[in-house]
Amino acid sequence: MKKYWHVVGIGLQSNLTYRFNYLTRTLFSFIPLFAMVSLWRTIYGNAAGHAPDNGFTEAEMIFYYMLVAVVDVLTAVNEDDWQIAADIREGNISQFLLKPIDYLWYRLGLFFSGRVAFMMMAVFPLGVFLACFHGYCAAPAGYPSFFVFLVSVLLTALLQFFMSYSMAMLAFWLLEISTFIFILFAFEYLASGHLFPLALLPKPLLHGLMFTPFPYLLYFPVGVYMGKVTGQAMWVGLALQAGWVTLGYLGARWMWSRGIKKYSAFGG
Amino acid sequence: MTIMQITRYWRIYSALWRNSVAREMSFKGNFILWIIVEALWFALQLCFVGVVFAQTTTVGTWTQWQMVLLVGASNFIQQLYQALFLTNCTNLSELVRTGKMDFLLALPVNTRFIVSTRVVDLGAFVNALLAGCVMAYAAHKLALHPNLAEWCGFGILCLVGVAIHYSLMFILASISFWTVRAQGIVWGYYNLFNIARMPDEAFRGLFKALFTFALPVLLVSNVPVRILAEKWVSPESWALLLALAGLWFFISSRFWKFSLRHYTSASS
Repeated sequence: MKKYWHVVGIGLQSNLTYRFNYLTRTLFSFIPLFAMVSLWRTIYGNAAGHAPDNGFTEAEMIFYYMLVAVVDVLTAVNEDDWQIAADIREGNISQFLLKPIDYLWYRLGLFFSGRVAFMMMAVFPLGVFLACFHGYCAAPAGYPSFFVFLVSVLLTALLQFFMSYSMAMLAFWLLEISTFIFILFAFEYLASGHLFPLALLPKPLLHGLMFTPFPYLLYFPVGVYMGKVTGQAMWVGLALQAGWVTLGYLGARWMWSRGIKKYSAFGG
Repeated sequence: MTIMQITRYWRIYSALWRNSVAREMSFKGNFILWIIVEALWFALQLCFVGVVFAQTTTVGTWTQWQMVLLVGASNFIQQLYQALFLTNCTNLSELVRTGKMDFLLALPVNTRFIVSTRVVDLGAFVNALLAGCVMAYAAHKLALHPNLAEWCGFGILCLVGVAIHYSLMFILASISFWTVRAQGIVWGYYNLFNIARMPDEAFRGLFKALFTFALPVLLVSNVPVRILAEKWVSPESWALLLALAGLWFFISSRFWKFSLRHYTSASS
């Protein structure tokens, strides 16, 4: 266990060398975020008198996008999938086959350190942004919601990681996997609630979607915090999320064991 | 520039085209997959329009099909730009990192020309065509019958839009002479032009001023679509778009020359 903490430390150092990169990334990502907020404000402003009937007030809608930004900073994979694929393609994983270190835990350590480094850099601009819109911020829906939210954010990060890790394993078979990563990302962008709250979707579609892994990559923790997912649905959701994380872990292991049989080290 | 120089550059450019066709045809699977990726992201934006207009009937004065036209036009301009320049802009950091820039500097042609036009992404033309079809359908729904002048205006402004995309991205790419991370640059570009498909009326205040008068992202597709959709266009916005396109092109070439002086070859 101790050796993986070491990985986290090293990862933190190497990630912080890119702090300028993280800072610009965060600043640039405010452009579409702010645009989204403006768009919804205009829509709610337009409809004065007959507000959109979707269960979201104007303030809630804006807060939703802010929470999405926060959860995204906490959980999204950054370049981990590209790096893993490059490790496989360039034969860097050969050393892990010889050393008593597990590649999955090693990458998880790096992912964790990457998130911490990103948070350290993003906290300042994000804080300023939240302060500017503090009027829209709301407390969690209740203690149970807040507790489930915290657990769920952790599970979200793990699910994000395991899915990216499994996708990156395709590099054992294919030379070029970026297209597959982008296709998955497109589905994720829509079905995880990045673009709009999933509650705006027709009910049957939403119910179906909740059985797929996508809402648990973002929407679920945000929905729980805001009290949009409550009661039984919240606990069932948490169980489903945990189930998907387990499946993600098993999938990642399975892909690795299949891939390693196929693997012939390039460059020795 | 003499006629002889023009014919010479034309012949170089057609050789680059033949090269690109040959390259694309040797990775057919990948070629088709990239078209699918781009088409999926386009579909995603259209889905968002659908969701937005399930909540409201107008955004400012923009109706649903006008917004589809806007999303189509912004995608059309972006795909044209992508076909001709994007790959080259993102490759610049790779050229600097590996020192391949030496070779291009030694060629007896204008370096900026060869850096900007080396690769043509043919798949993006397919996606531009797709965007064209969506626009045609939206125009049909709106019962638009643009006259010749409107068509010409629209076409010219689309080309101006491509020039703005190119100038801004080329400046971003030139930063790679100092920091050699391409992914951050592409990320910045996509975030910046993300708002080009939003109706201008959704924005107010400083944000609108910044992205109209300084970085004309909000004009790039809004002005041509306003002409096509016979919405009100102020003559100033025309003039502003043309002037800013010229200005940014000028700045990008000054910045390029400035950056080039900072180039130290990686290989020697």
